[in-house]
Amino acid sequence: MRMPKLTAFLTATAVFASALTLAARADEVHVLNWKGYGADEPWAIAAFEKATGNKVVNDFFNSEQEMLTKLRTNPGLYDVVMINAAFNDQAMAEKLIQPIDVSKIPNYADISPDKAGSPMLARDGKVYGVPWVWGLTALAINEKSFETPPTSITEMWNEAHKGRVVIRDDAVEAVQFGAIATGQNINDIKDMEAVKAKLTSLMPQIKTFWSSENDWNQMVASNQIDIGTYWSGSADRAKTHFKLPVSLVIPREGAVAWLDAFSIPVGSKNVAGAEAFINYMIDPGFYVEWVTKVGAPVSANTKAVAALPEDAFNRKVMGDPDVAKRIQFQAPITDAQREAYLALWQEIKVNVK
Amino acid sequence: MAGQVATGSRSGLRSALPLLLPAYLWLTVAIFLPLSAMVFFSFMTELPLAGKVWAFTLDNYTTFFSQGLYWRLLLASLRLGLEVTLWCVVIGYPAAYVLAKVLKGRSREAIFLLVILPFWSNGLVRIFSWAMVLREGGILDTALNAVLPFKINIDLMYSYPAVIIGLVHSYVPYMVLTCYLTLQAIDDSLIEAGRSLGASRLQMLKRVIIPLSMPGLVAGAALIFVPVVGSFMEPRILGGRTGTFYGTVIEDQFVAVFNWPLGAALSFILLAVVLVILALASPVLKRAA
Repeated sequence: MRMPKLTAFLTATAVFASALTLAARADEVHVLNWKGYGADEPWAIAAFEKATGNKVVNDFFNSEQEMLTKLRTNPGLYDVVMINAAFNDQAMAEKLIQPIDVSKIPNYADISPDKAGSPMLARDGKVYGVPWVWGLTALAINEKSFETPPTSITEMWNEAHKGRVVIRDDAVEAVQFGAIATGQNINDIKDMEAVKAKLTSLMPQIKTFWSSENDWNQMVASNQIDIGTYWSGSADRAKTHFKLPVSLVIPREGAVAWLDAFSIPVGSKNVAGAEAFINYMIDPGFYVEWVTKVGAPVSANTKAVAALPEDAFNRKVMGDPDVAKRIQFQAPITDAQREAYLALWQEIKVNVK
Repeated sequence: MAGQVATGSRSGLRSALPLLLPAYLWLTVAIFLPLSAMVFFSFMTELPLAGKVWAFTLDNYTTFFSQGLYWRLLLASLRLGLEVTLWCVVIGYPAAYVLAKVLKGRSREAIFLLVILPFWSNGLVRIFSWAMVLREGGILDTALNAVLPFKINIDLMYSYPAVIIGLVHSYVPYMVLTCYLTLQAIDDSLIEAGRSLGASRLQMLKRVIIPLSMPGLVAGAALIFVPVVGSFMEPRILGGRTGTFYGTVIEDQFVAVFNWPLGAALSFILLAVVLVILALASPVLKRAA
């Protein structure tokens, strides 16, 4: 008689456990984002919860692929998801996210028109993503190694820095970097052979491939590198938060720009709470505090950027109209392209051995 | 249930069944099912997610043979496996011998503890502590320059030797443990007999000790060689730009491009190659043992 009892007990436990995990309370806002990327700052959550009475539950992803998988496998769990604009199209096509009623988000009116009007975030006149922040994948230098900051991307190939150059171990980023170095459009690379040759000639310069902000900062702290590809928000954080001798260089050849936006998944149980949360995330008050306390990319909200001090990096350098002319925003990439880029990148990495 | 077993039939299999069942159930659920799912994936064009259309294909396997890239990586990984195994023998076997035959009591316990200590720390922690030791201006560099009268520059980080050092450190305990077990089982009187018959130390080692401890050496080598060939964490962190191996390429397929079918196919090719190598080696090793 013990077996049936045990089975019943196990079944009951399983049912109970799954009921617990699935039961999302109506006033909870489940947010899916990168870890340590604004939406999980304790002071921000406390302020938002106090103002709206909603409770924030954070969940994280480590890659865009993981984010999409979490949306696919947990329908109805999340209320807000942060999606790189280049992936918005895929999420929309798979019916993972729903149209957003922007009239419920007061701060939406202040978003700069070029970001709000991005064709990547709207389909058939409906908005599928609210632009949040944008930034660059450019170069950063170890200030100890340069008298005057370089202005050209060719500095990466300078013999003087042999063995002291880093690049991120990411096929898409590497190929797009190669495209800029060969004067091509990152979203329409015509001459892949030139990109390959350019990256191959960079390999002897490379010390290692970095994969996290921490890698980069550690190598600068121990004075092991001179220059490398880096993200604008991370370079800002390294300088203001970690007090490292790092400065961002936006080469005259250009840089890759990305735009991050918030979306509401299909099946969200708390759309009103999601709208309130998105509104709070693009609010100038939150943004200024985020930049000052932690360091952040550039807000898509013009009023939020204007609220920064005049000499703030995100206002002075990133807001420079001359910079805007040089940068190229990332467009969606198909799976086939991604696989082709990876094959190319792996081949370059293997040939160096 | 316990009562049933005691009063049950005397047939060996039937009484053993309740004891075997949990292990086989676990193996089926935790290993066999996911592995067969992976075999299935490796023949698909796409993962069947979000209503994507997929079909059966052999493309994932032909990719391996049509591109020299994967062959070269596999050879590099096999070489890495051999080198790491060799270093583990060189370092681990003498240590196991001393543990089994020379040290006794407390000192043996203490050394044993030191040998298995790496097992108790997290793999990533081990690798990152090596990173601190090996880099230019790191612990090794600073310590040597503080002692030596002349200036030397040690920067092993992000190189092939760094990968070897990290992997040998992770896997040498397997060699010590397997060799220790077989060495300890050698009857001391055999060694005494050999010596009284006038065998030199070298002859003793070649004719008595190594042959008798061969099963431990073989087991240790297999335990080390197989995971090292597929390793990806150590090469990625310690190898820098030379750290691309077969294992890191498989990881990229799963993590970076979400191409599980190709990743699965590459894994099974590795499995097949390793099995062939072990099968080819086994008669030779058996004869030696």
